Amino acid sequence: MANFPILTLIMLVPIIGAAIILLIPRERDEAIKTVAAMASLTSLVLSIAVFFGYDRVLGGFQFQEKIDWIPQFGIGYHVGVDGFSAPQLVLTGVVTFCAVLVSWRLQDRPREYFAFLLVLVAGVFGSFIALDLFLLLIFYELVLFPVYVLIAGWGSKRREYAAMKLTIYLFVGSLVAIVGILALYFLAGNSFNWFDLQANIAALPDTEQVQRLWFLPVFVGFGVLASLWPFHNWSPDGYAAAPTAVSMLHGGVLKATGAYCALRIGVQLMPEGAKFWMPVVVFLCLAGLIYAAAIAYRQTDLKYIVGFSSVSHLGLVLLGIAALNELGLNGAGLELFAGGVMTGLMFSLVGMIYERAHLRDVRELNGMLRVMPLAAIGFVIGALTLMGMPGLPGFPAELQILMGLWDASQTPSTMFQGSTNGWYAIVAVVAVISIVINAAWTLRVAQRVYFSEPKDMELQKLPRLDALEKVAIVFMCAILIVVGLLPNTVMSVVEAGVQSILRTIQAG
Amino acid sequence: MGGSFGSNAAGDASAFLGILPEVLLVIWGLVVLGVDLVLKHGGKRRPLGVLAALGMLGILVVAVLMRPPADQPAALLGGMVRNDMFTYVFRIIFIVGGALTCLVSIDYRKMRIGSEYYSIVIFATMAMSLMAAANDLIMLYLATEAASFSLYLLAGFNRNSKLSAEAGIKYFIFGAVTSTVMLFGLSLFFGLSGGNTSYQAVAQAAANPALRVPVTFAALLVLVGFAFKTSAVPFQFWAPDVYQGAPTPISGFISTASKAAGFAILIRFMFYGLGVGTQFASDAALAFAALMQPLAILTMVLGSLLALMQRDVKRMLAYSSIAQAGYILIGVTALAAGPAEPEQALAAVIFYVATYLLTNICAFAVVGMVEQRVGGTDISDFNGLGRRAPYLALGMTAALLSLLGAPPLVGFVAKLVIFGAAVSVNLIGLVVIAVVMVLVSVVYYLNVVRAMYVERTERDAEPFYVPAPTGLVVLVTAMAIVLLTVFSPPFWNLAIEAAQSFRFPL
Repeated sequence: MANFPILTLIMLVPIIGAAIILLIPRERDEAIKTVAAMASLTSLVLSIAVFFGYDRVLGGFQFQEKIDWIPQFGIGYHVGVDGFSAPQLVLTGVVTFCAVLVSWRLQDRPREYFAFLLVLVAGVFGSFIALDLFLLLIFYELVLFPVYVLIAGWGSKRREYAAMKLTIYLFVGSLVAIVGILALYFLAGNSFNWFDLQANIAALPDTEQVQRLWFLPVFVGFGVLASLWPFHNWSPDGYAAAPTAVSMLHGGVLKATGAYCALRIGVQLMPEGAKFWMPVVVFLCLAGLIYAAAIAYRQTDLKYIVGFSSVSHLGLVLLGIAALNELGLNGAGLELFAGGVMTGLMFSLVGMIYERAHLRDVRELNGMLRVMPLAAIGFVIGALTLMGMPGLPGFPAELQILMGLWDASQTPSTMFQGSTNGWYAIVAVVAVISIVINAAWTLRVAQRVYFSEPKDMELQKLPRLDALEKVAIVFMCAILIVVGLLPNTVMSVVEAGVQSILRTIQAG
Repeated sequence: MGGSFGSNAAGDASAFLGILPEVLLVIWGLVVLGVDLVLKHGGKRRPLGVLAALGMLGILVVAVLMRPPADQPAALLGGMVRNDMFTYVFRIIFIVGGALTCLVSIDYRKMRIGSEYYSIVIFATMAMSLMAAANDLIMLYLATEAASFSLYLLAGFNRNSKLSAEAGIKYFIFGAVTSTVMLFGLSLFFGLSGGNTSYQAVAQAAANPALRVPVTFAALLVLVGFAFKTSAVPFQFWAPDVYQGAPTPISGFISTASKAAGFAILIRFMFYGLGVGTQFASDAALAFAALMQPLAILTMVLGSLLALMQRDVKRMLAYSSIAQAGYILIGVTALAAGPAEPEQALAAVIFYVATYLLTNICAFAVVGMVEQRVGGTDISDFNGLGRRAPYLALGMTAALLSLLGAPPLVGFVAKLVIFGAAVSVNLIGLVVIAVVMVLVSVVYYLNVVRAMYVERTERDAEPFYVPAPTGLVVLVTAMAIVLLTVFSPPFWNLAIEAAQSFRFPL
């Protein structure tokens, strides 16, 4: 088992699926969708195998594969997972599989649609497993282009504007991150290997200045994808325009990639830079949380509302990372997973309504409970996860993040010498309030859309959910409930990963 | 001419074997001319383009097979020409560029293209190849002029267009003036080296401390010629007008192959003539080298900033190619700074030039198609291309993103190695400026992408016929842009070998 390239396979299966799909004749609709479902299911099963195969006692990076690629430039094919990334692979697998299931009704050029979708997924898997920064950048950019095509080609209103806006934001963000990465590459021994870079950066004579200089471009560059305020503006527009499966993947998984890269490259390679700049990051996250809560409250478009709840969810993750301690990082890891599934679930539910009624405005929807009772339950579970209801995974995740932030308020600040980050405690309190407001509003929306008296009789005649959609909803809800009741299944793996992350932070 | 013609090598048939690809190019150019006589008067001239391209591909095979031993450069034609890995690599670059240009021209219907067009392209390719091989001032000048005159003719080839005529004249006047200045510099070297025109003699003169001032002066005059060929600021004025006016395939050819040839002679002259990187490195060489940095900065800054203001895609690509020349000059600056391992910097320049050739020819091929089908090259003419010709738009997107230097395309690797070379000799400031300019260039490259995919036209639904040869060029170059990143090691090794050839004396 040791030499079985399971990680490569997880990433490669979607690409192979995409290639097979392109070979299938255009009119064989069912075959195309079956291949897409099989490919994503295979990746899901393999990533579950990695998740449970990960040795929690041993910790560190496992399932590593390393091949020289362009040794002249210090580039290699090097992949591996640690406890932090292993759950995210499962997350990607789950959301992808469900996204394919809920896209089954798609009639418009399904061949190209599913091929691009699978390439995108391959890029996401690749970003989570890459331990060579060059490789990571390739996967990262591999994600951007299919997203553009999928939104511009299959989206709803103002799709080209939204697709271009999203692409430019993310592309420029990635360029900024690339500039930072190249600087590290040149400063620290011309290697893209993550381990080499880490060792070399720490060994630089002026390591503190270097880290402080280059941390911000890398963290913010990737932070754009994690919708870090004030660079989040692409996100609501993009989600509003994107087809359901893309919203699910983008909100649930792609943003997680951004946060993950910000942690893996920003924080772990430059812990000193992280310690210095974290107050700024905390401030940006706080602003983002308040902003998202305030805006979501004014929104009546369902997709915008869910979009802003995903901005909140990522804000929490970034806050957990910014705490730079065990509790915060543990919480961030769990929140990435739970929030990802939550966002995927909610976008899929919104999509199910929109595809049938072609309505997304809260004021025009009512009495949907009778049409799709299962969706109503799913929506409530999602909102409660965001709110941090005990029994759902949002609770342990948010609790740990906020406690971590509280703990971090005791630490001395490197940016403002001589003081402590005492104001973090206030941030924690404000964050709790804003999250609760946001979730409460989402619940209120659920009440209006699903549980209100049916007024519009046309809505009551809409087709019911089909079997595949029900499977997708039940699957995602089940994962939320199981992880909520037994958070240790995920927590134990995340903790193993966080231990090694902490070692790198404290060593620096 | 000193004794350089005195050896009996000139009469030796084996000398011509060493430049067999060039000889074959000349023959093939004449064959294409001759075949035209056989064809019916007023008949179709399409087969001529196919013939020219196929012949060049055949010669490409010969050129690839004729790999010289890496550590034994050969002096040919009495030392006029140096056959080494550097020559080998550049020869392949030029023949690829020439062949692709012929293929793109086949369906360029803005003007009547006869056999003379293709044979001039072939002759220009031959002359550029000799430029890269030149090891002697006379050869340098003759090859440069042969290439330039071919390109003047091609730039003005579209007799139906005032712009094309203007392009031809403008290119010619600028070229004539700068080449006169260069010739003056070369004649000074001729005197300073005691009447010997070989690069080795020039290097010895340059190393003589007593000749410091005149050698520096002469070197600066020669630099004017190089700057013109590479469209470096302040000798870039011709580029936008010429690129805009010339037939589009020729704009592609001038912006890539001709520029590559300019860098080849620049590097050859710096290394072999002025002795940069050898024991002969002199004050004159260092003065020459010191000029590279401001040249690089001016070229990339001016190119990028002016490209921002263009509405015409051909003009935008002209300014972008000036900016690209600036990035390449970063590599040359790193080279001139005398790094511990000059091979890395030199190989970076060669790699960049080669990948840039493929990328820009791809872009110009698409521009040529749009020009014919839509009727212009304004940015609005690209509106809706993503729907009308998805594969063409995809190829253009790949080319533009590669010019920008976005991973995973090959342009990223090229920029990486160039910047790496500069960083390794502590030219951090230069790299910072370059990175800022790359960020600026996002705007003008993505502007075209936006037009292709976001903007709509009333002709959106009309499909867009792409003839096979042009489609093939776009396909091949776009595939290269995407795949060369993954498969770069053998090509990088080739560039390293070409770079190493200066280590081995004749």
